[in-house]
Amino acid sequence: MSSNFLILLLPLLGALIAGLFGRIIGLRLSQLATIIGVGGSLALSIMAFMSVAVGDAPTIHEPIFSWIVSGSFKVSFAILIDRLTAVMLIVVNGVAFLVHVYSVGYMEDDPHQPRFFSYLSLFTFAMLMLVTGDNFLQLFFGWEGVGLCSYLLIGFWFKKESACNAAMKAFLVNRVGDFGFALGIFAIYMIFGTLDYAEVFELAHQTGTYPAQTAFPLFGQVDTITLICMLLFMGAMGKSAQLGLHTWLPDAMEGPTPVSALIHAATMVTAGVFLVCRASPLFELSEFALAVVTLVGAFTAFFAATVGMVQNDIKRVIAYSTCSQLGYMFFGAGVSAYAASMFHLMTHAFFKALLFLGAGAVIYAMHHEQDMRKMGGLVRKIPITYALMMIGTLALTGFPYLAGYYSKDAILESAYAAHTTVGMIAWTLGIAAAFMTTFYSFRLVFMTFHGKPASEKAYDHAHEAPWVMRFPLVVLAVGAVIAGAVGAPMVGADWFQSAIQLVEGHDALEHAHHVSGLAKWAPFIMFLFGLGASYLLYVLKPDMPGRIAKSWPGVHQFLLNAWYFDRLYERLFINPAKVIGHGLWKTGDETIIDGYGVNGLANTIGRWAQAMRRLQTGYMYHYAFAMLVGVLVLVTLYAA
Amino acid sequence: MLSLVTFLPLIGGLLIFLAVRDQSDSSASTAKYIALGVSLLTFLLSLRLYVGFDLTTAEFQFLEEVPWLPEQGIVYRMGIDGISLPFVLLTALLTPICILASWESITHRVKEYMIAFLALESFVIGVFCALDFILFYILWEAMLIPMFLLIGVWGGPRRVYAAMKFFLYTLGGSVLMLIAVLALAHKGGTFSIPELMAIPFDFGFQIFIFLGFFVAFSVKVPMWPVHTWLPDAHVEAPTAGSVILAGVLLKMGAYGFLRFSLPMVPDASRYFMPMIFGLSLVAIVYTALVALMQKDLKKLIAYSSVSHMGFVTIGLFAFNQQGVEGGILQMVNHGVVSGALFLLVGVVYDRLHTREIAKFGGLVHRMPVYAVIFMIFTMASVGLPGTNGFVGEFLILLGAFLTNKAVAMVAATGLVLGAAYMLWMFKKVVFGEIQNKAVESITDVNAREVAMFVPLLILVFWMGFYPGPFLEIMHVSVENLVQQATAVKTGVASVAAMAH
Repeated sequence: MSSNFLILLLPLLGALIAGLFGRIIGLRLSQLATIIGVGGSLALSIMAFMSVAVGDAPTIHEPIFSWIVSGSFKVSFAILIDRLTAVMLIVVNGVAFLVHVYSVGYMEDDPHQPRFFSYLSLFTFAMLMLVTGDNFLQLFFGWEGVGLCSYLLIGFWFKKESACNAAMKAFLVNRVGDFGFALGIFAIYMIFGTLDYAEVFELAHQTGTYPAQTAFPLFGQVDTITLICMLLFMGAMGKSAQLGLHTWLPDAMEGPTPVSALIHAATMVTAGVFLVCRASPLFELSEFALAVVTLVGAFTAFFAATVGMVQNDIKRVIAYSTCSQLGYMFFGAGVSAYAASMFHLMTHAFFKALLFLGAGAVIYAMHHEQDMRKMGGLVRKIPITYALMMIGTLALTGFPYLAGYYSKDAILESAYAAHTTVGMIAWTLGIAAAFMTTFYSFRLVFMTFHGKPASEKAYDHAHEAPWVMRFPLVVLAVGAVIAGAVGAPMVGADWFQSAIQLVEGHDALEHAHHVSGLAKWAPFIMFLFGLGASYLLYVLKPDMPGRIAKSWPGVHQFLLNAWYFDRLYERLFINPAKVIGHGLWKTGDETIIDGYGVNGLANTIGRWAQAMRRLQTGYMYHYAFAMLVGVLVLVTLYAA
Repeated sequence: MLSLVTFLPLIGGLLIFLAVRDQSDSSASTAKYIALGVSLLTFLLSLRLYVGFDLTTAEFQFLEEVPWLPEQGIVYRMGIDGISLPFVLLTALLTPICILASWESITHRVKEYMIAFLALESFVIGVFCALDFILFYILWEAMLIPMFLLIGVWGGPRRVYAAMKFFLYTLGGSVLMLIAVLALAHKGGTFSIPELMAIPFDFGFQIFIFLGFFVAFSVKVPMWPVHTWLPDAHVEAPTAGSVILAGVLLKMGAYGFLRFSLPMVPDASRYFMPMIFGLSLVAIVYTALVALMQKDLKKLIAYSSVSHMGFVTIGLFAFNQQGVEGGILQMVNHGVVSGALFLLVGVVYDRLHTREIAKFGGLVHRMPVYAVIFMIFTMASVGLPGTNGFVGEFLILLGAFLTNKAVAMVAATGLVLGAAYMLWMFKKVVFGEIQNKAVESITDVNAREVAMFVPLLILVFWMGFYPGPFLEIMHVSVENLVQQATAVKTGVASVAAMAH
């Protein structure tokens, strides 16, 4: 058994120990088992990263065992570590380890901690399965696995009706995306006869060996590769909360805050981005699919940023921010700047996990209060948390030389340098979103830490988090400062080697360094505007936001209700499903099939039924005898 | 060997009949122990079938042939292949579990109950092993009697209505099947099932035979719109009755399609493929929507069964290796998972004497182990990767996609709807605050109940992570079946054209 296999196995073992024996071995040992599991996996991941990504060792590729075999269909579990996976390994295991440690402090009062740590480690395992697969089905395995863990962790406090509903919503909305993903996998197998990445990508580039057009229900003849990409992207939209399938992410904040940091900011929600980058050899072959990815990403970045500006729940602000940043990653991938997209995925993991865990420290300090309107002035009570949150905020908003400055600019500049219409649309929306990002991020900081305390009592009791919670924050803060500068080589030429292959002419990222002054300076200008506007509204004139909301109540409500997506879906899908279900049951089954069919038939032969009842003596051999006689009579009649 | 496995339970029943003379408690417990012992022994013997099974041939194995009515050419002929073996094993596994499930909940006429159950096991295994049509038909009909009694005698308040409905529905189907069987034997000149598979029939005759079988099998599956007996039967049946009904009896119809329709009348089967697809799709979507609105736990699971069996029939009529293997695997999966779900309902019914979803809520606080088991089977039912449900559903949908994309697409909506009603139910029953006072003092699963679930839990993960051993059993037989089913038997070119 190779050490790479242990990368997957250790978190699973930790999860099983804490999950199955948590009651027996107790809390501390459960924590220890899961932390050691993930920590060990992290250490091995770093070793793998060193050899594959820093050194020039060849891609690691080891089969584990054969999973499903049926006819010519064969799929195995395997470990594939190329540079793309290596980056993900560091991100996933790094954040997972820190979140495990942080949770020791954050969850200290919870009676169900072994279960919590078990879920966290199980999630880590599923996420690692997702990123290390060498085929689409193992990816799907991890994909649904992280979905399950997300469901379990959002609903961790299952006493709360709202938490249960949020968990269910997350699962179901993701299932809608997975519906497309599954069809995409079928289509890949139908066209290429395999689900293995390497084989699929190689065959896909041999145009002419497979049908260029494929018939698809409702759409007629469509381009084969475009079809596959669009179906896969549907899955990505669900998992990464892109416009239309995003509605579960804000509600997912019902889960404990460490969960939000790990799953709903740093790792799981980026799985969609990973999927698009992993399947980049396919996406590269379809301009249409790339354009759709770009536009969906750009509109999500814009949409989520507008909504983030008016939310009052500290976690919801960060959730919409995540949604928006994922949009950036997608439009980066859409203009073929996959490397920039992965770069942003990595830096975002640091500063967004920092912001979430920082928000967790605030919530912890405020005794589980999440409404920012009830906070204020906390800078004096929890200065360390404030400093760390400020670092995260600056990194997110693109303050020069911090992490986000490198990665977000790389995406925006690539979009600009693509010199296409969709690229320009994406750039424009992205720049607008950059302004809003700075605005809502500083709004969060100002409302929480500055001004006068809204509640004296809560303020008086506020206290700094213990060291187990502060240590992960410090590590993440260091990452948020240096990840951009350190990771910058990722966007250099061919860093990802064969994992990302661009077709001729898709050179936006290469040209990104040479964009004009305006495009280069625009994000920083937006940073200044956003900071200024936020400072004006929430520090200098704190009564102004209320007055603005009053003068445009329609706009305010529209944004506060996140463009009314939830209400739309309820009217469009949920209510009709209930009405139809009830109708089919009462009218279809009971009135028509049973009423006219079965019982009607039974009544017409009522006398026969009466006779049957007299025959119902209750002795089995009577029935058996009658039956056998009947059969024998029939046989004899026939044979005679 | 096959006859031993088949009739051992019946012999056990006879033993109970002879050994237990009264209705006292000690007699009842003797009956229970005999039944459990015999069914466990049957299961162990059935494992020998698996061990001795030759994976490399599609021929029937463990053949037994004894002339019965030589003048009519009726032979006592038994044998199994890779298509019937999984069901023999499933039946042998589920029966001891069912007997354990009845341990405390059945309190009157225990002796008769155990006899009925063992007889049922014999007949069911016999149906899967029979290779002579008359033998098959007798066992097929005989099976109805103990099931009818289980519902009618040990069932709930509306048991007579439910039992009658069940009986009339299936009897109606059986009559037409008998006609088809006789016609088939008349034309083919034999009652031997393997021989009939090799005989080409003309297209018109195939159509006639297919329809005769179709009525009988579609009732058993059950397919929409002849499914309405199932919710009633499940609601009224005792827990173990529901388990065996969902676990094994529902497999009869689909097994019939596999054993008779596809290989014997392949041209007609292909001709009617669109009809089967249509009805299956309606079943998947229709019953999933109906399941969403159910207030009774058992009814919800019953409707989900119809929806899941819709997947199975799609897989079988996809006419390719993936679809058929997925279909067979999904039948076994469904036997394991919905069997377990009915057991889970039984566990809380025994404690609270209600199945109304609204009466539960917050079970997790008092029954943490139960909650975990429930969660695992819920996820298996939803088809989460890593559980058996995924492998079956995936292969079915893949097979369907290769045959007809639109069918796969509509069927795949079942993935979303199935998750919706299962998770909703789980949330209402297990999560949340305790609403009902009675739940406050409820106890978690005991050792006997855990013993029922453990084998099923093992299967869920084993078949989910490493389905190889299960799929291997069927590879060769299914390959052979797909060849038979896709070959044009009549040799008339226009028929092939019609089938497309």
